[in-house]
Amino acid sequence: MDEVKSILATDCGSTTTKAILIEKQGDEYRLSVRGEAPTTVEAPFDDVTVGVVNAVREVEELSGRTILDGENHIMRPSRDGRVGVDIYLSTSSAGGGLQMTVAGVVKAMSAESAERAALGAGAIIIDVIAVDDGRKDYEKVRRIRELRPDMILMSGGTDGGTIKHLVEIAEMLYAADPKPRLGGGMRLPVIFAGNKDARDAVRDTLKDKVDLRIVDNLRPTLERENLGPAREAIHELFLQHVMQQAPGYGKLSSWTDAGIMSTPNAVGKIIQTIAEQFEINVLAVDIGGATTDVFSVFGGTFNRTVSANLGMSYSICNVLTESGVANIQRWVPFTVDEADLRNRLRNKMIRPTTIPHTLEDLRIEQAVAREALRLAFEHHKSLARTLMGVQQQRSVGDILDQQATGQTLVKMMELDMIVGSGGVLSHAPRNAESAYMMLDAYQPEGITMLAKDSIFMMPQLGVLSTVIPDAAAQVFERDCLIKFGHCIAPVGTAKSGDHVLTITMDGKEMRFTFGKLEVIPLGVGEKKEVTISPARGFDVGAGRGRQVTTTIEGGTVGVIVDTRGRPLNLPADHNQRIAKLCEWHQALGLQVKEE
Amino acid sequence: MGTAYTPGLKVSPRTIVRKTRRLPLKGEVLVSQGEKVQPSTIVARTEIPGIMQTVRAGEQLGLEPQELRAALKVSVGDKVERGQVLAETRSFFGLFRSVVNSPVDGVVEMLSEHSGHIGIRLPATPIEVAAYIEGTVAEVIPEEGVVVETEAAMIQGIFGVGGERTGVIHMLVSSPDENLTEDMIKEEHAGKVVVGGSNVSGAALRKASAVGCAGIVAGAIIDRDLIDFLGYDIGVAITGQEDINITLIVTEGFGSIRMADRTFKLLSSLEGKMASINGATQIRAGVIRPEVIVPSTEEAAEKPVDLEQVLEIGSHIRAIREPYFGMLGTVTELPPEPVLIPSGSTVRVLKAKLSDGREVIIPRANVEIIAE
Repeated sequence: MDEVKSILATDCGSTTTKAILIEKQGDEYRLSVRGEAPTTVEAPFDDVTVGVVNAVREVEELSGRTILDGENHIMRPSRDGRVGVDIYLSTSSAGGGLQMTVAGVVKAMSAESAERAALGAGAIIIDVIAVDDGRKDYEKVRRIRELRPDMILMSGGTDGGTIKHLVEIAEMLYAADPKPRLGGGMRLPVIFAGNKDARDAVRDTLKDKVDLRIVDNLRPTLERENLGPAREAIHELFLQHVMQQAPGYGKLSSWTDAGIMSTPNAVGKIIQTIAEQFEINVLAVDIGGATTDVFSVFGGTFNRTVSANLGMSYSICNVLTESGVANIQRWVPFTVDEADLRNRLRNKMIRPTTIPHTLEDLRIEQAVAREALRLAFEHHKSLARTLMGVQQQRSVGDILDQQATGQTLVKMMELDMIVGSGGVLSHAPRNAESAYMMLDAYQPEGITMLAKDSIFMMPQLGVLSTVIPDAAAQVFERDCLIKFGHCIAPVGTAKSGDHVLTITMDGKEMRFTFGKLEVIPLGVGEKKEVTISPARGFDVGAGRGRQVTTTIEGGTVGVIVDTRGRPLNLPADHNQRIAKLCEWHQALGLQVKEE
Repeated sequence: MGTAYTPGLKVSPRTIVRKTRRLPLKGEVLVSQGEKVQPSTIVARTEIPGIMQTVRAGEQLGLEPQELRAALKVSVGDKVERGQVLAETRSFFGLFRSVVNSPVDGVVEMLSEHSGHIGIRLPATPIEVAAYIEGTVAEVIPEEGVVVETEAAMIQGIFGVGGERTGVIHMLVSSPDENLTEDMIKEEHAGKVVVGGSNVSGAALRKASAVGCAGIVAGAIIDRDLIDFLGYDIGVAITGQEDINITLIVTEGFGSIRMADRTFKLLSSLEGKMASINGATQIRAGVIRPEVIVPSTEEAAEKPVDLEQVLEIGSHIRAIREPYFGMLGTVTELPPEPVLIPSGSTVRVLKAKLSDGREVIIPRANVEIIAE
């Protein structure tokens, strides 16, 4: 590829289309400008490219570069740095995203692997059907028929194993004769990624009913997961079927240099790129109005989950239902009546575009956000785990250190960075509020960088990472990420006021006691070599009572020392709890209520 | 964004309503373009193929899947009745006979040599779509359905539960701030769409359901009352499929909120007229709000025109979030620059004079326009 100096990338969300222009300045790629316009997938426009052109127009106005020609086509390649761009890329989550059903033989094994494959490819999973899921055959058939997904991923069996159960699933699909969500006359795409010996039988059973694709088994042996081919097939079908059915996507697709990537798939790509390039373990979250996506890379293993009904507007009452009123109330730093809280959240649900006006209202909304983030994270931890059903070979020495299969891969002590995005985190009036919500919801352990995506450009950087990974990583580090600063959170528990740890910085010793939040004022880009000496019974990463020498970095909030204990236990007494919450807010420079 | 406020819900004495009535699967359209239809007129019909029931014949007879063929007594396409023999084996010189019977009436559709299963498709279920509103067939969508058009008064609510119903409108209160209570509902209201003012109580809702009212329209309901009535919590705002015998539409929200004057006056003017109502609500891309539609009975001289609602000085607004939730006012100023509000955010706002005389600043996102 010739040297790329300018890149235009758009993300078509369900409400807003966002365009960014990246230009090479000297040796590095930097974000130049961004523009946005309402998405135009629905009537009266019914054409996504109208919104794209509007967003690009804003980029033109702000950058002074002419990008569109007389027919509103994106001009490529760039000429003399003022006309056109070298590459155009796009992502999309409009039209409800990619909705899938997965089917497998054993719920905790092949069906779970299929679920991971589909989620990793950016899908919303509307149901998981398994031979052993406890439902009767006719119930499953009815369910498959009712769902109307965009596609089905079918898996099961290890290569060379029995094919009987796979034939049963195929017969179930045959019986249900499922229809796709979009495109009335089209056959439903079904990807078969199970035991290769079952391919002929599955093909015989389903060939007249569905549009069948066969890929390599995603669980060829019990010990190995091979999700790549299934994910690629999902992505390809997404482009061919789902995107082609959505208004204007055929046209948009022909404009781009790399097809259209689904937004969550793209975010997954950038998170993987970052984890790889900086050799870190990352957790990222995108909390929206309807759904919350969680991404993680631990030890090079990528996982994504989407909690389809945990969000801050459309799904806000589902957060209430799943967490319970008391769990939301516990984060509110003043007394709030249950009936009042319930009516407020219902009114937010039916009028989702309203915003908190008063500080009290903001604190209530942020309390709900903590629960939405926590619940989505619990969901993520339950799915991001080691393979179930694997026989482990152990030596005699290992017997004392046996680990069960199916353990979560998410280990908070090994986590290096948490990146938050989505309205309630990205648009919180103060950075300390976002950092505080993430602290409470995730309870990071040891030393962890807290950050947010400044303007939610991770999708565009994700699709860019598939073309020019370095450019994506540079822009992510310099323009996308706003670092709040490191958080130091010792694991352990003690009585209020007990000594927890000492931090030595610039030759000075700072002592910290239990039950507090404190901030060491280190600004953006400021780094310090420190020695952290935890008290006996506390661990900051090297083991209980063991000292750690490391470099800490500040940010827009500073370095937060969280000695509230892990797990974090709030006082049970109402008044004591409110007093503590007020104290912690103040420690981060946050008011609880208006003066 | 210049349009960063919630557009008001439609409350119009005369507008053109077009309703697409579509089958879930392709089928037959029963009416033609230009035909007059009533709410109960069936406009399209189809059959949803029955579910296939799997009979594990091979396993039951102790046969390998490929051995099943020899034991079969039926072929693909055969109609079978419940109890009919599907497959049979004989052993020990024919003395011992094992059979597999059909558990249902249906048609044999699948005989699998891979699994040894027999698939029997149950009879199809007919599905019909009614016109829902009185009007004229404006468009036929071949094999799928029709678009019914009518001139009508239309009132959109903010939230509802329960599906499509019809009934005569009957006002149970005389003012928009009066609550609809249990004692107001009588046996004679069966089949009617009853209208209250600011709030409908849980007891009133249960009584209306018990006497057989078709629907209730009111300003608001307390969250807990609705949940108690339904028997479960509403997590996500997609409604309309509840298994209840009444449709509830609230025009303002949750709690106790006076019904907007314009809505109340319009409903009062429709007393005694037949309405088509639907509580279905979906708050997401492709918003669906609950509705009350009353087709106009007399011909109008001119076609109705809907005026676009624009936020401008003098616009009547209602605050839709705390601290002024539910209060009415008039816009006095529209500052172009974003302003710092108490939450700490800097957003576009408006100044409004509230009905109690106070002049306040409200984020534009937190008001809706009410045409008076």
